Amino acid sequence: MSVTLARAEPSIASVGDYIELMKPRVMSLVVFTAFVGLLIAPGHVHPVIGLTALLCIAVGAGAAGALNMWYDADIDARMTRTAARPIPAGRLLPGEALAFGLTLAIGAVVVLGLLVNAVAAALLAVTIAFYVVVYTMWLKRTTPLNIVIGGAAGALPPLIGWTAATGSVAIEPVLLFLIIFFWTPPHFWALSLYRTEDYARAGIPMLPVVAGDQETRRQILLYTLVLAPLGAAPWILGYAGLAYGVVALVTGSAMIALALRVHVERHGHVASKQLFGFSILYLFLLFAMLLVDRMSAGLFGHLAA
Amino acid sequence: MTVNVVMNEQKPVTGIKLTEQQQRARRARSIAIAVSLGVLVVLFYIVTLVKGPGVLIRPL
Repeated sequence: MSVTLARAEPSIASVGDYIELMKPRVMSLVVFTAFVGLLIAPGHVHPVIGLTALLCIAVGAGAAGALNMWYDADIDARMTRTAARPIPAGRLLPGEALAFGLTLAIGAVVVLGLLVNAVAAALLAVTIAFYVVVYTMWLKRTTPLNIVIGGAAGALPPLIGWTAATGSVAIEPVLLFLIIFFWTPPHFWALSLYRTEDYARAGIPMLPVVAGDQETRRQILLYTLVLAPLGAAPWILGYAGLAYGVVALVTGSAMIALALRVHVERHGHVASKQLFGFSILYLFLLFAMLLVDRMSAGLFGHLAA
Repeated sequence: MTVNVVMNEQKPVTGIKLTEQQQRARRARSIAIAVSLGVLVVLFYIVTLVKGPGVLIRPL
């Protein structure tokens, strides 16, 4: 009996492939929400320490993305949206992605702990582990609640930003966590409504695949009805000013109107595509207004003094 | 005393020979790793300046 040992071809992976592995678009949203958490925190954080924290959070998010692509390469190969990713396209070996992801994850957590603080580092470690182990390895392939529970990982960055500045957790960043947590299901279910076949082919139990189109539309509406008041909560509870409140009420009402259209639509995907697109703008506007609110308060405070 | 060095004697190539594309990709990856390590060194240097010499001596 002869045994042939296969020797891997030398890698042709480009730097761009490794960057793609880090899901730069997801990373940009993570960095933005973490930045808001960092800036609205009380007290003063040195710009270098703040930038270091954001860099570590960005690298940590990239690590989570790389480990997700390593584990999900089989699923990605079966879905139109993800088939061109570096591993299913054959430009990168799974082992390379695993090594890259682990190196970045450990590096980001260690550097954040050494240069910023241990609480933020611990939260970053929990976020990466939650996304990779709880969401990617466990929930994604087993339950239609995958993105509901897994969404917690995407909701943690503002909390990490806040703790990077203060070293502790408070109600205000928890509110930001809840906003992203309840934003995630309507956002992804709106997408999955017009990608149902893709998810079904890959064997992912997304809500429309398991519970059907109508139930998904109903769930989108229910989650949006919780999301809109939560979006206005920072103003209602006095953490943000009137400008934030107005934007949150107007865009929250638009989210409910779009979710109602998705619910009424029954067939076709015009409304779900609109909701998916607007939900990104909605989250961006809420966080951008928090930033504007805090910066203008600081500026006026400065002028008054 | 003179030493004769044979300059044009070529050794047979053993092991894996990289194609031009593989060499280019490896070079780009090596540069990216070098830049990342450089950024890390500069980052630690600047943070040390910001926090002072006792950078690691503080409550966690």
